[in-house]
Amino acid sequence: MSSSKTDVRRYPGFLSVTLLCLLVLYAPLVIVGIYSFNASNSITSWDGFSLRWYAEVFTGSESEKFKIAAWNSLFIAIIAASCATILAVLAAMAIIRGGQFRTRQISQGLVSLPLMVPEIVTAVATLIFFNAIGFSRGHMTIIIAHIAFCVPFAYMPIAARMQGVEDSYEMAAMDLYASRFQAFCRILLPLMIPGIISGFLLAFIISMDDFLITNFVKGAGVETLPTAIFGAVKQGIKPNIMAISTMLLGLSIIIVSLSYIVSKFDNTK
Amino acid sequence: MNTESPIAIDVRDAVKRYGEFTALKKISLSIKDNEFFTLLGPSGCGKTTLLRMIAGFEDVTEGQIYLYGDEIEGLPPNKRPVNTVFQNYALFPHMSVLDNVGFGLEMRGASKSDARRRGGEVLELVQLSQFAKRKPSQLSGGQQQRVALARALAPQPKVLLLDEPLSALDLKLRKAMQIELKHLQRETGITFIFVTHDQEEALTMSDRIAVMSAGELQQLGKARDIYERPHNKFVADFIGETNLLEVSVDKIDNGHAICHLGGGHSLTCNAVDGIDVGTRVHISVRPEKLFTSDAPSGVESLKGIVKENIYLGTDLSTIINLDEGPDFTVRTSNSERGNKRIFEPGAQVFVNMEMGAARLLVD
Ligand SMILES: Nc1ncnc2c1ncn2[C@@H]1O[C@H](COP(=O)(O)OP(=O)(O)O)[C@@H](O)[C@H]1O
Ligand SMILES: [Mg+2]
Repeated sequence: MSSSKTDVRRYPGFLSVTLLCLLVLYAPLVIVGIYSFNASNSITSWDGFSLRWYAEVFTGSESEKFKIAAWNSLFIAIIAASCATILAVLAAMAIIRGGQFRTRQISQGLVSLPLMVPEIVTAVATLIFFNAIGFSRGHMTIIIAHIAFCVPFAYMPIAARMQGVEDSYEMAAMDLYASRFQAFCRILLPLMIPGIISGFLLAFIISMDDFLITNFVKGAGVETLPTAIFGAVKQGIKPNIMAISTMLLGLSIIIVSLSYIVSKFDNTK
Repeated sequence: MNTESPIAIDVRDAVKRYGEFTALKKISLSIKDNEFFTLLGPSGCGKTTLLRMIAGFEDVTEGQIYLYGDEIEGLPPNKRPVNTVFQNYALFPHMSVLDNVGFGLEMRGASKSDARRRGGEVLELVQLSQFAKRKPSQLSGGQQQRVALARALAPQPKVLLLDEPLSALDLKLRKAMQIELKHLQRETGITFIFVTHDQEEALTMSDRIAVMSAGELQQLGKARDIYERPHNKFVADFIGETNLLEVSVDKIDNGHAICHLGGGHSLTCNAVDGIDVGTRVHISVRPEKLFTSDAPSGVESLKGIVKENIYLGTDLSTIINLDEGPDFTVRTSNSERGNKRIFEPGAQVFVNMEMGAARLLVD
């Protein structure tokens, strides 16, 4: 609890700065959301409510392109998120349950480092890496790149959950003749499930939404939803782009909220 | 080796170090088969550490631990026929009470249905059958405690380790559980190693007690030995209530030591090895071995003034200040108070004792 004297709300200008920040952050999204329901062709003047641009996404001339891209995105996101989740669980086991080892701090840092590296650097580095080993670009390069940058996102809720499960449960299990592996499967894993689901969802949506890295490592002709949207925008912004962006935004909000809610779920009661 | 009953756990010169810090300093003790054995000592003295070494959660820095004659160092916890009742119970929160109790059996290879059936029997033993389907979080502390006990007993371990299992319970429940534990131990015939910092609990329950302090074994013996014949100042002070006084030895005569208490008072006790005239030692006198009167009585009588009476229900505790000397606490049991005079604060009294009531302690 903050005492009333140091309450940040009492600082002069607090309200106006807050409103300005919220405006800069969310106004563009709100405008895109609103204009996706515009009845006219214009992207600047409002002409009444309509769902025609949503219909356009599914039935219009570009619908086939978007459909393929959406399936690609879904396929890649599921595989990348699954692999990243497994890797994140293994990393958490080593870092949180592995006891004290010398490279523990470094490992912990290395897992989270990609969150701080500029994405363009990761993108260029990944591309150079694939070129260097002579890996031809396509679905596979996208999946591998996505697994790599999704691990830290999956790791965060998984590690938080594992830290929240006392190791005395696993100790009790081993005391009762369970092997390490049995203690993991029968005790730790069930207790961590919310963290694992939360991590998977986060990794999934990060993969779904990624543009920059995907754009670098994708092969010619392979499109995910974000790269397809980008491709369409290059030929001029049409309101159907706003509709599809709004849908992607909606999906992100739902998945991120779900991830948060699941991570708070207490399955020990 | 003891021929009448085999040794269940034999700890030989066991040392445990955490980095620079030595948690256990060369502990040696033998726990007999079918014994209710208690490790007693203040918090931080290394009781849990020793228990964890026996269970296999800590390695032994030096020395050995034998389980029925076999060295167990190197065996992981799941390979030791030893089960633990953890201090915080550590019941699996996502499993029903019955599955918790059956877990050990299942891990030992029993089928799910066998584990359930035998688990049910053990639940009956601790009178919790009606809660079999509940989750641990839906039980009271006392019930959780009994589930933890049932879970550890179900696989029929050779030795059961109990780490302060009753410390979280309220007094009434604790007393009931003490009796139940003792009962279960006799019924199952399993060797119990019970850890507590509560000396009264240790005295009530144990066949034998090991008193520990700061990683060292202070004394090992039956409850009566430890209470009546403490080896040193720590044990005398830690077990029960006592009048512990620093004194100087004035004279040693024919196996008796005459000790000076200050203020011109002196006491005669049985001499012990390692004392000499002039050494400063401690004497311990249990308050219930003292009695008050208005004229000298008994072998030793010391004159003083009553400072305070404290009513304890079963007893009355009287604090008496010897003229220009130390304070003494005298305990009079409620049942004898009827035919004994109660001295009010300020009254002049004599504190009396029989020979042997005061014990000399080295160190
Ligand atoms: N993992 C550990 N690392 C360092 N010191 C420890 C560790 N475990 C216990 N200790 C220390 O060892 C001493 C004995 O602890 P413990 O066996 O838990 O005492 P008790 O159970 O008698 O209260 C304590 O001083 C404690 O701080
Ligand atoms: Mg302890």
